[in-house]
Parts: sequence; structure tokens; C-alpha cells
Amino acid sequence: MSDIDDRGGPAQPLLTIRGLTKHFALKGGLFGQGAGTVRAVDGVDFSVMKGETLGVVGESGCGKSTTARLLMQLITPSAGEVVFDGRTVGGRELSLKDFHRQVQMVFQDSYASLNPRLTIEDSIAFGPMVHGVPRREALGRAHDLLARVGLAPARFAGRYPHELSGGQRQRINIARALALQPRLVILDEAVSALDKSVEAQVLNLLMDLKAEFGLTYVFISHDLQVVRYLSDRVMVMYLGQVAELGPAEALFTDPLHPYTKALLSSMPAIDPDHRTEQAPLAGDPPNPINPPPGCRFHPRCALAAPVCSQRAPQPVPARTLHAAACLVHEPGSGHPMAAPQSRAA
Amino acid sequence: MNSITIESPSKVPAEAQRSPGYWANVLSRLRADKVAVGAGIVVLLLLGLALFGPWIAPADPYQSSMLSRLKPIGTDGYPLGTDELGRDMLSRLIVGARLSLFMGLTPVLCAFVIGSAIGILAGYAGGWVNTAIMRTIDVFYAFPSVLLAIALSGALGAGIFNSLLSLTIVFVPQIARVAEAVTAQAKGRDYVEAARASGANAFTIVRVHVLGNVLGPIFVYATSLIAVSLILASGLSFLGLGVKPPEPEWGLMLNTLRTAIYVQPWVAALPGAMIFITSIAFNLLSDGLRSAMDNKA
Repeated sequence: MSDIDDRGGPAQPLLTIRGLTKHFALKGGLFGQGAGTVRAVDGVDFSVMKGETLGVVGESGCGKSTTARLLMQLITPSAGEVVFDGRTVGGRELSLKDFHRQVQMVFQDSYASLNPRLTIEDSIAFGPMVHGVPRREALGRAHDLLARVGLAPARFAGRYPHELSGGQRQRINIARALALQPRLVILDEAVSALDKSVEAQVLNLLMDLKAEFGLTYVFISHDLQVVRYLSDRVMVMYLGQVAELGPAEALFTDPLHPYTKALLSSMPAIDPDHRTEQAPLAGDPPNPINPPPGCRFHPRCALAAPVCSQRAPQPVPARTLHAAACLVHEPGSGHPMAAPQSRAA
Repeated sequence: MNSITIESPSKVPAEAQRSPGYWANVLSRLRADKVAVGAGIVVLLLLGLALFGPWIAPADPYQSSMLSRLKPIGTDGYPLGTDELGRDMLSRLIVGARLSLFMGLTPVLCAFVIGSAIGILAGYAGGWVNTAIMRTIDVFYAFPSVLLAIALSGALGAGIFNSLLSLTIVFVPQIARVAEAVTAQAKGRDYVEAARASGANAFTIVRVHVLGNVLGPIFVYATSLIAVSLILASGLSFLGLGVKPPEPEWGLMLNTLRTAIYVQPWVAALPGAMIFITSIAFNLLSDGLRSAMDNKA
């Protein structure tokens, strides 16, 4: 099992993403080409440190789920690479099968992600059996995990998914993801479909499991409150690109990117005095088939200047404490609010 | 509420509470469907005839008698009359069930196996493999099935084996198309994605996660083809491309009796009635099966 041990020590990121890009070709025309490409994910760089929870937020259609599927190697990227604990995934360094033993995913739709023809225990035991664990042992592990996620194995192991509630099913999906004893779990809107009381229970379960098994999470959600509660760092995505990346508290209290500011002000305030009637963001996100030139956010941006439609901001680097892809924060970018080019350097 | 405390990990999943499986649920719903139950009983009776016909038949189905040709229904000793050679119709209909059902069921069964394999392969592989397979299938699909069956049988030559073969070729594209469609659908489900995320290879995923969800719908579609197959097989025999006289087979009997349609119309219609009853029974059973399986729960 030396393959799945910690290799680079705590300082080395568990997961490093470089230039991850996914373009979907649109079918159309006589020979099914030339109808353009959807730039679902366009040059994303980030890293996930060991033991942290990285929250990923953004509007629907911003490429969150595509990013998750790319991370999981369920779809092949158009460009870019995924490095897991120092080894490039999919090549000679780390095979896909070994990668999948260490990285698992929980999907949004708790019903669709369970095979309706398999009992709960078989669903959970499937992964370990794929990796050569004998059936009896895999079932034993499934029962242990069922107990761990709060479902009595005697009552639930032989059941089918349709007999359970959404919250119970999502616990089972979590148990299945943990059955391979992974180091990284990608939670793609894992609690979004649950109602609030169940969501809180499952979130607490996720926190407990993280501490118990020393997990690292990539937590994808459109729910800002939940992301703030759960995450150590937060990445904001807009139209397939990273808009801002920073520590959760700093990002929520002092956001850099105008898009993040707009997102945060869209959170309904509990205090009626702080409520606003005004929509923080006008319109829908532009079509990712033909993204606007320059900064992709400029048509909706409150701070947009003429330079924003001509020049794309520098992408957020993977190794950064807190940065935003915005010309306002780029010295010498030509934006009236930007600092002048520092002459000292 | 002591009962909800979580017990210590159990190594043996023996005392686990079992739910009835999917097929047990389908069966119980099917049992509540009166039409389907009736059709099922008729199908069972027909299968019983096919299995035990020669022992049930009151007379020798090959024994002809020039003196008692084309007797009407209800004649003494010939409850369903006699055919144009004086052979007992009841015995011939009973014994004919075996060959008729064999000719109707075998092509569907073979096509179910071959068509499912082709369709699941195409549906799961996707991409150019899918395009290559499905466009080839479409070439066969473009012909009306009756025309294709007659053309193939004619080209291969008359005989039971050749007509079985041609009927199989007729049904493979139809079943493959359905299999491809349901497999492509199943492939997009999250549980298949989750299985891929656990590192399983394509073969294991198809075996564990795809087959169980796909074979049911394909099977239902295949059962709806049984009636068509019966009629086509009878048609081939009627045209002299299938079973040869003097074998009792309903389609062939319909053919040879058609000259007597003005003399003994009721007797001449009997083989047609058997084909009708059989295809209706299989169709109703297939309909019942589909609605019993449609239920999500």
C-alpha cells in the first residue's frame, strides 16, 4: 500500500491543477463541426493543500461541475494537467486506477448516483471489490461505514435506494466514497439537494469524517453560507475561470474581485436593516460559447473601465495567499482604480 | 429508543434486513394485473401444448383419410373437423404448436442475445464505434421486416433453419437499436460515473451496473417482437419458404387450407385463430410486463 501513502509531506499540495481547460465542441452543420466550442473550463490553476477544505463557488454554468469531473478524470481535459501529491495523473507516474483509489467524489443527485438494482451494501462494497478486496471483507467494510455514517447496518444494508430518504441516500453516497479509504473527496453540490435540517446533519457528519479519517475536501457549492462554514480557502469561479482565490474569512470579509463582492451582497441578510431591494448583479452570465473579450466579467461589472473590454486580467496563480483576476488589482493595468506600475521593481 | 443506537461493526451480514429485490416487486405488480395474468395463463397453456402436444393429441396428426376430408367442426371423432387430406384438425393444431412456437420464439431469443450484445457495446463505447455499428444496423433497419425476411429466406433457400436465420437477422437491428438507446441512457447516469470514479474497468461496469438496468427494457421490447416473429414465421411457411409439408405448422396449415376457404371456412380459419390468440397473448403479457417494470419504486 506504499502507493497511497503520503509522499511529499505536509507542505506539498495534495492536488495541483495547472492550466486545466475543457472545451466542448458543439455539433452542428453538415459534418458536425464548425458550430463553435463551449469554453466550460478555460485555464484554471489551483492547488489543494493536505487536510484543508477548498470551497468552490460560482453561479450555475460557471464550470464548477465540469471542474469536478475533470479533477475526477471522468472527462478528459482539452489541456492542462492534474498532479496528485507530486505525481502527474494518468501517465506513468500515477495510474488512473491508483488515482481513483485515493480520490473519490460525492454527487449532487443522491438517487441518480446509486444503482437502483443494487442493495446498499453492494453499492458500497463495489469500489473495494474493484480494487481486489474479497467480497466478504468488502461487505464487512460496507457495514462498518454504514454504522459510521449513522445508518444501522442491520436495517439498511439489504435495502434498495428507492426505499430511503434523500438524506439517508446521501449518507450512503458518502459511505461509498469513503469505502476506498481515499485521501481527497470531491463534494459536488453534495448537500444542495437536501432540505436545511438534513443538510446541517450531513455537513456535521462530513466535518466529523474529515477529522476522523484525515480527509481533504474540495467542496463545490452555490451556497455561500455553507461554503463559508465549511471551507478553509475559497475559490470563486466565473465563466470557466478563477475570479478570486483566498482564505475563507478574508474572502468573505474583504473580497477583492467585484464579482465576489456582488456574489456576497446577493446573500440574503438576516438583519432586515441590511436587506437591499436592489439586485446586486444584473442579467445572466454571458454565453461561454462566445465569452466577452477582455475581462469576462466586464459587461456586468460595476467598476468596468474601457480597458476591461480590451485586456484580460492576469489569471490567479495557483500558489497565492489571496488574489483576484481583476485589472483593478493589477498595478499599471491602465484601469483608473489600479495602482500605478511600481517603478522600484 | 434503544433500538437506534449504532451497534459495533458486524463482520457477518447475516441478520441484515432484506428487501424484496426489483424482480420480486415486478412479479407482484404483474400478479395484480388481471389482463397480464390471463395472457400469461394462455402463454403457459400454449407452451404446455408445445412441450406435450404429441402426447395430448387425440389422433395421429399425419394420418390422412380420403373418406373424411374437410369435415366441419363438431363431426363425430373430429371435434375441430378435418383438413383437405382428412387429417384431424385438433391433433394437427395441438402438435403444430411446437413447431409454430419454436419458429416464433427462437429468432427472437437469438436476436435478443446478439442484438443486446451489439447494442450494449455500441451504446457503452460511444464515439466512432457507435457510429460504425449503428449506421451498419440502419442499413438493415431501412427494409420493411416482411420484405427483408422474404428476401433473406428466398436467398438462403427454403427450410426451417434458413427461415430461423433470416428472421434472426430481421430482428437483430431492431433489438440492437433499443439496446443502444437504453445503454447510452444508462451510461450517463451518475451511478455509472461513480463506478468509473472508483476505478472499475468498462467490462466490470457493464456487468454490474449497466446490464441489470438495461436487460429488462430490452427484454420487454423483445417479447413484443414474439408476436411479429410468429406471424412472419407463419408467413414464410405460408409462402413455402419455411416448414415443408406434411409437418403441422400453423402458417403452413393456413396456406394449404386456403383452397378450402369456401367449403369449410371455419375449419380453414382455425390455424389463423391460433396464430392470432398466440400473438395477442404474448403482446398482452409483454404490455403487462412493461407497465410492471415501468414503476420506479
